[in-house]
Amino acid sequence: MTPLDNVADLRDTDLNDVELDRRLASTWATPKGVWGALSTVDHKIIGRRYIITAFVFLALGGILSLAMRLQLAQPEARFIGPDRYNQIFTMHGTNMMFLFAVPVMEAMAVYLVPLMVGTRNIAFPRLNAFSYWMYLAGGLLLWIAFAIDTGPDVGWFADVPLSGPQYAAGKRADIWAQMITFTEVSALAVAVELVVTVFKQRAPGMSLDQIPLFVWSMLVTSFLIIMAMPAIMIASTALILDRLVGTQFFNPAEGGDVLLWQHLFWFFGHPEVYIIFLPAVGMVSTIVATFTRRPVFGYLGMVMALIATGILAFGLWVHHMFVAGLPRLGESFFTASSMAIAIPAGLQIFCWLATIWAGRPVFKTPFLFVIGFMVIFVIGGMTGVMVASVPFDTQVHDTYFVVAHFHYVLVGGAVFPLLGAIYYWFPKITGRMMNETIGRWAFGLIFTGFNLTFFPMHILGLQGMPRRIYTYQPEMPWSGLNMFVSLSAVILAAGFLLFFIDAIRSALSGPVAPANPWCASTLEWATSSPPPAYNFSRMPVVGSLEPLVDNSGALPVASGLFVDRRELVVTSVVGALPEARESSPGDSIWPLWSALATTVLLIWSIFTPWAVVWGSVPLAIALTGWFWPKGTKEDDA
Amino acid sequence: MKQTIVLDLSKLPPHGLGTASLTWWGTLAFMLIEGTGFALAIAVYLYLMSLAPQWPLHAPAPDLLAGTVLTLLLIASLFPNILVARWAKAQDLRKVRIGLIVMSLLGIAPLIVRVFEFPAMHINWDQNAYGSIVWVMLGLHTTHILTDLIDTLVLTALMFSRHGDNPRRYGDISDNAMYWNFVVATWLPMYICLYWVPRL
Repeated sequence: MTPLDNVADLRDTDLNDVELDRRLASTWATPKGVWGALSTVDHKIIGRRYIITAFVFLALGGILSLAMRLQLAQPEARFIGPDRYNQIFTMHGTNMMFLFAVPVMEAMAVYLVPLMVGTRNIAFPRLNAFSYWMYLAGGLLLWIAFAIDTGPDVGWFADVPLSGPQYAAGKRADIWAQMITFTEVSALAVAVELVVTVFKQRAPGMSLDQIPLFVWSMLVTSFLIIMAMPAIMIASTALILDRLVGTQFFNPAEGGDVLLWQHLFWFFGHPEVYIIFLPAVGMVSTIVATFTRRPVFGYLGMVMALIATGILAFGLWVHHMFVAGLPRLGESFFTASSMAIAIPAGLQIFCWLATIWAGRPVFKTPFLFVIGFMVIFVIGGMTGVMVASVPFDTQVHDTYFVVAHFHYVLVGGAVFPLLGAIYYWFPKITGRMMNETIGRWAFGLIFTGFNLTFFPMHILGLQGMPRRIYTYQPEMPWSGLNMFVSLSAVILAAGFLLFFIDAIRSALSGPVAPANPWCASTLEWATSSPPPAYNFSRMPVVGSLEPLVDNSGALPVASGLFVDRRELVVTSVVGALPEARESSPGDSIWPLWSALATTVLLIWSIFTPWAVVWGSVPLAIALTGWFWPKGTKEDDA
Repeated sequence: MKQTIVLDLSKLPPHGLGTASLTWWGTLAFMLIEGTGFALAIAVYLYLMSLAPQWPLHAPAPDLLAGTVLTLLLIASLFPNILVARWAKAQDLRKVRIGLIVMSLLGIAPLIVRVFEFPAMHINWDQNAYGSIVWVMLGLHTTHILTDLIDTLVLTALMFSRHGDNPRRYGDISDNAMYWNFVVATWLPMYICLYWVPRL
């Protein structure tokens, strides 16, 4: 007990640094124990959980792909039967898109964006906790269903009529459609949190032209999520209704239309590609700037390219439907818009090249992954321009050429930057460094393994091998290359295994990381590694794009905040001028109860529409419990 | 990292109001999500219409009475709603309490009228795609009336509790009022689509 304990409304100005840290820790820290873990709203703990969960799903999805490669290594193999194979390729795609790629990018943002904009927690931290539980529940739903032989088997885009009531008996397609609801609810929640965090919680002085490029990319991504995901929610809801209560949305006999499904799905599905790719672009810009020791060339151009990509993303969806028999004029328009996306993409590539050219590159592991990204993504982009052309696409549609193309774009465009980002931010998140030597080996194996696995698939596609076949006859000219691809997949898997081993080993016993091991310039490196629960003991004040480079002596900060309630600064949207000292909600168990109530409602409603009625009662109770004030200091105003 | 204090924030208000409120922006973002949903529902309606040989499909045009009464009711509810927002801004507890009770009743009333709208469509959800989309559109909008009503009821209870007289609650009330404006505004294109497009 010190004399200060009796002071009401204690502020940071009254305290020395040691005392300030101690008091902020007691205000912000997550209590130990199971209850603390279940009710925490710390964006770093939730972000870490999100990242780990997403990587577990990556590993599971990777195991499925190895199973497929084992089956396809030779003609007429008997390792997996057709029904199981259908489930496996559907699970692989669904898992990688909805449970890995989108969540992992949002997860990185949940952890990093509040630190990079210099605030103490994400906006709506309880919604953030809720979103994680929803994501976890959706992932468990999909994988438990698969474990009991009820995994979806209709492809990751679940085209009707295959997924409709006539051809997909049982509950497999419903599991897919409802898993969509889970992951979209969680993705939309995080998108809202990120938009508000970036708009309103930036450090004083961080005007729009001083926002780090990764934060810009997540802002644009969040708007893409907000605009695109309602389409898949409507589509999957309509599918469930068709299957459960006999609506006729996709039944041509009663005025419905099967192409309506494809329009709705791809109106979401194409922006989805950019929802995965744009965060990766932000990661690349961050890593390039740090490892070339200079800001990225053409900041304004980079931001404009992000926004242009985001807008164009909504004008491309029909290129997934070129063989569906749409009017010629429409197809030409979508060919043009699909090719136009190469302009902002190319602009960014050239800006990075200019940055590397003008900088002093340091070839550490994160930067190696960025170089790998550039090579692979450019190849994927070039086959992208090829399949944007209707006559070419008609030839290779549904062949391994397309499989090769989208793995080049998605793995090259998103997974390589992500792995670089993990090596880059690992010290910040865990407080320990990853191993540089193992990192180089992992990069070498993944880069080599990836190209040897997926490049031959272009050729297999041109030779006419369709995707999604569980086996092929020995007379087909595909067996040699398939064996080669399967063996190469082992190299790729070995690279990932090495990465996982390195990550786990380093988290446990890697060398302790300093606050800023890479001499980077953005705010997350201004605080300790890992950051304390309150992120910054005083709120940083920003006056440039590279706050840590331009203030190498001392960090300019603001004072005057309460220390006995969770408090942060709200600033204006454009100039980031301080507007209020706002409280940030404390830990709460109610997001977990709400997520459980939602889970019961959603899974139950696969079986009966009445679940929506009865299931909403506990949900309403949980939400009321969530919002009802508890008389804490955070509720004061 | 060493710190130099360059800015004093102690004079700032301890809670942001209006555009300085995080929940205001959050509500706006959720309105954008749901607005996109409504727009897509209308797009599906028009898409199905463009494919159909005649529209409405195997049904007469909907009866106008229930839908029009509901529309007028919703528009009328905007006036007390705007007043509640104004009183919340002035932090007038007594008037806000009265206003919330009125708005609760004005949330229940359209739900009663809505019950008559479904049969006024003269088609069931499972008869054909026209029936499916009109039921889903009505259902989607009903969900929004319902959620806002529950929100209003909880807020009403809150304002009669010891937590009521707090600038944060007044902010919640203006956000809730803004959301009700959104529920009304999204209905208007839906109303035109459901009741007048089939009469074109």
